[in-house]
Amino acid sequence: MSSGAMAWSVKREVWENRSIYLAPVIVGALIAITSIPATVMGLNSPVSRFSSHIEIAGGAVMGTTLIVAIFYCLDALYGERRDRSILFWKSMPVSDSEAVLSKMFVPMAILPVVTFAVTVATQFIMLLLTSAILSMKGEAVTPLWNLPWPQMSSGLLYHLVVVHSLYYAPIFGWLLLVSAWAKRLPFLWAFLPPAAIGIIEKFVFNSTHFGNMLGSLISGGMDGSPKKGSLMMLWPAHPFEFLGRPGFWIGWLFAATCLTAAILLRRGRDPI
Amino acid sequence: MVIDARGIRKAFGSTVALDGVDLQVDEGRIVGLIGPNGAGKTTALNAILGLTPYQGQLTVLGRDPWTSRSRLMHDVAYIADVAVLPRWIRVSQLLDFAGGVHPRFDRAKAEGFLAKTAIRRNARVRELSKGMVAQLHLALVMAIDARLLVLDEPTLGLDILFRKQFYDSLLNDYFDGSRTILVTTHQVEEIQDILTDVVFINHGRIVFRSSMEEFESRYLELVVPPDRVAAARALRPLHERQVLGRSILLIENGDRQQLAALGEVRKPSLAELFVAVMESKGATP
Repeated sequence: MSSGAMAWSVKREVWENRSIYLAPVIVGALIAITSIPATVMGLNSPVSRFSSHIEIAGGAVMGTTLIVAIFYCLDALYGERRDRSILFWKSMPVSDSEAVLSKMFVPMAILPVVTFAVTVATQFIMLLLTSAILSMKGEAVTPLWNLPWPQMSSGLLYHLVVVHSLYYAPIFGWLLLVSAWAKRLPFLWAFLPPAAIGIIEKFVFNSTHFGNMLGSLISGGMDGSPKKGSLMMLWPAHPFEFLGRPGFWIGWLFAATCLTAAILLRRGRDPI
Repeated sequence: MVIDARGIRKAFGSTVALDGVDLQVDEGRIVGLIGPNGAGKTTALNAILGLTPYQGQLTVLGRDPWTSRSRLMHDVAYIADVAVLPRWIRVSQLLDFAGGVHPRFDRAKAEGFLAKTAIRRNARVRELSKGMVAQLHLALVMAIDARLLVLDEPTLGLDILFRKQFYDSLLNDYFDGSRTILVTTHQVEEIQDILTDVVFINHGRIVFRSSMEEFESRYLELVVPPDRVAAARALRPLHERQVLGRSILLIENGDRQQLAALGEVRKPSLAELFVAVMESKGATP
């Protein structure tokens, strides 16, 4: 595997999928702008209101990139077969493993980094705008600046790395597998089987283990984190406890299996 | 030997696409692989390019294409079809990417070829005409210092000017006698003069192969007026057709002197032989 081929393959994914950065930047910018009317109308003081506005910004950017990640993965190995460009990509000395892993790298690394950078920038702009308007209104701005910014940002980074990247790896792996396999309607193939398994389990066994498992996967197993609404909510009490959970490693095993299958499928799949 | 295929078989379900293909191609040859639709041309090329698994023995430049496609692509360039360049990509990005991943890609050379066209560096592929996309793809593969170039219907759907230009620049700017080119096309007449070898494929089998030299010395085309047709037919032509009241016959191993007495002797056309071979052998799979 060559690092050059990987780096260029990742770069070309970003060229093709401009929504990777455009979507979060647009959402971040829109929310940052709302802090102007919000502050003028007095909705951003006291500081607790401002901090929930900040949280909404973080959540909105994170939600946006998660949607981008889902659509990106579903199209990554499907679109190139549909438009036959896979025939061009395969004429370049880039192996199928390099191609598939570079596509996995986007939701696992590029999107979390973009989310972090855009969120921090958005929050900083909100801090500046809100401070400016509050001081024009003659209100105190020090409480805003005294918020635990380093802890909030590092908590966000932790959450993005552990949950949105490491915990979601099996989800991205599954979506890439469906994308490499489906001849049409990858979206349906990605979401129907899990839904069907949950429903059948409920009817046959009257249990919800599969649904619970998916729920805990999506929540990133962050049940032990401080209570919701706290600025420190993204920092769990035991940050590395997840490494000791079998579920986490089973998820990675599943992700690795999906990626291997996706690589093998891409190797022999004809354009659609 | 650049390509060495022995007994290549490939089936899709119950449809046999390749039924024991043997093909040997030496360095410096320009080989035309010609066959009707569904004959197995593309499947054969896909096997050679490592795009599809197969049964049988196949080495390309000494490697197994299926297990080492990405390594093989250092030495093999191909245009699999018209319009497979990603439509979203910019010309400059395409050059950046090729330069980044391909150790034998010469960017300056590609820029040189593009300078002769109207293609703008910042244009996206989807903004280019079909002919320009083919020019772009050709510029890209000609800038790769490959030992084998594979072209599958590279000019399909292009107008005659582009098609002519395409093959002209392939011969003048790319081919240097040490490279090898394998090309498939429906427009047999257009490539007849650039080929060194020709291979006909039908029903997944090689049904005819010859060097062009051998082809031209072995076959002749005889144009005879109606009153001499009977005499000409006695020579057992492989194929016969009527054009404007005269008969055009394809004769194998004919004697030039004897034929000249009957009518006009011409260089044989590949298209004519192709039709003759397909009609005789094509009916029985």
